[in-house]
Amino acid sequence: MSTARANRLTPYLFLAPAGIVLLVALFYPICYMIYASFLDWNPSQRIGEADFVGIRNYTKLFSDDAFRESMWVTLKFAAIVVTLEMVIGVGLAMLLDRNIRGMSLLRTLFILPMMIAPIVVGLMWRYMYHPTVGIFNQTLESWGFAPIPWLSDGGWAFTSVIIADVWQWTPFIFILSLAALQSLPSSAIEASKIDGATGWQQIIYIKLPLMLPVLIVTLLLRLIDSFKVLEVILVMTNGGPGLSTEILSIRINRTASEFRELGEAAAMSNLLLIVLLILTFAMFIYNKAQEIRAERMRAAEEEA
Amino acid sequence: MSQKTYDRQNPAFYALLVALVLMAIGPIYLMLATSLKLNVDIMSENSSWLFMPTLRNYETALCDFLWYEPEHLRRCDPTFGRALTNSLIIGLISTAITLIIGTMAAYALVRFRFMGRDVVSIWTLMMRMVPPAVLLVPVFGIWTFQFGIDGTRAGIILVYVALNLPFVIWILQSFIVQVPIQLEEAARMDGAGPFQVFFLVVLPLIKPGIAAASIFTFRVAWNEFLLANALSDRNSRTVPVTIVNSLTEFDIDWGVIMATGMLLAIPPIIFTFVASRQIITGMTAGAVKG
Repeated sequence: MSTARANRLTPYLFLAPAGIVLLVALFYPICYMIYASFLDWNPSQRIGEADFVGIRNYTKLFSDDAFRESMWVTLKFAAIVVTLEMVIGVGLAMLLDRNIRGMSLLRTLFILPMMIAPIVVGLMWRYMYHPTVGIFNQTLESWGFAPIPWLSDGGWAFTSVIIADVWQWTPFIFILSLAALQSLPSSAIEASKIDGATGWQQIIYIKLPLMLPVLIVTLLLRLIDSFKVLEVILVMTNGGPGLSTEILSIRINRTASEFRELGEAAAMSNLLLIVLLILTFAMFIYNKAQEIRAERMRAAEEEA
Repeated sequence: MSQKTYDRQNPAFYALLVALVLMAIGPIYLMLATSLKLNVDIMSENSSWLFMPTLRNYETALCDFLWYEPEHLRRCDPTFGRALTNSLIIGLISTAITLIIGTMAAYALVRFRFMGRDVVSIWTLMMRMVPPAVLLVPVFGIWTFQFGIDGTRAGIILVYVALNLPFVIWILQSFIVQVPIQLEEAARMDGAGPFQVFFLVVLPLIKPGIAAASIFTFRVAWNEFLLANALSDRNSRTVPVTIVNSLTEFDIDWGVIMATGMLLAIPPIIFTFVASRQIITGMTAGAVKG
């Protein structure tokens, strides 16, 4: 026990380097940003020279049509990609949850799109969507169809961006739900088989409900990440044409570097951060609730 | 539960598998093929699957590192070579720093009971969600006006370390929990101090976790664009920044840009093939327990 008392400082020593870095380079900047969102500040000024304008940045944002449009695009984008990816990813996992040769190679190939730099993903898709040399329009033309303005028409550009994101991130959901499927208790599935459940009945009444905890966490993780998407869209369309694909991160980048309104960009970052914090908090609470429930069930089992 | 036998599936199932694999790696193959083509071949109306592969685009991109002068180049543009060096330095150093201080912090959080432990855990989890776009304005302001490290590699490394730390701590925690505490107690009985226990007993046991964490950290540092773009100057630009810069120019040289993209994509692709199991462990660690 005496060594433990002598080493009372050790945890703090182990924690100190990480703590200092996080404080200086993450926590401090975030506080700084909250303060900056109340300033009228442009990049050539030191922060001390900027004027304090109260909540003007926020009121300006909410009356700004371009910002509201970009908020709407962000929400629409997140909702559509997450829904599509969940449906396709979970569906594929159900379909491929079989005892087949080469499953690990398949999984390896599926993670590739997530590992490659988002910049490069954007580059590949921009090339494929190219009006004349891109593979999509070349194929369409060789089949005798009219070429599609993939990136130069507002509606199509939004669709194109969604396709690219679905390509990149569906494997994430696929891998997580496959792992969940394979860790399900086989007794439940076998029991249902003996009772004569069909494949569909097994999926709807046994597998999906048992996977639900994992699916909800996966959904929240993916939702949080979908608000962070930036580079792929930046390379493909840079938010255009018009504002059709300008999600919030791109708007922040443009407000800071193009319009040179650092205060306004900080206010936007703040709003984005609040949305993400709510989602993170939801995930945290859900995890805690699951843990408590699991403990209670274990206690009940022990009593019985 | 025999491991060597596989179920037979019907042919439609295999057709679906092939289609999925084609969809997953098709775009990557296209990029590779384009990077090996001459611009004449890229721009030709009927794209043929047969072409003479050439390394010319790679020679253009990497001309700085070549021991010979590529004959098709009139003047060597060192931008990309310099960026590649920067990316490597920034990626490796930030990964090393993050891993060292991240493992120590994760170990302290798991093994020691001390005041404020829960608060620290919750904060790391929250910080994990901060997107680079949110840090853009404050980091630019602080780095430029207060720390005076804008435009240096050290400045970029500092952001990446901070950005990756929460994730690394979080993922390593789950590995350290699994180390049997009896081992550490035995080492302590034999007279090892806390630092010895950590470096000689715990670290070797969590190698898979460290592998996963370093791949994720390196990948973020290697792939990130936004903050590097805001913080770098001509001499500290990383590869993603140069790629985006060359895109905004009017006439895109697709062959060369695909070659640079391919060079940027190669390290992550190698990691994926070498350590896919660790990557999947890292990915599933948070969502799927057990």
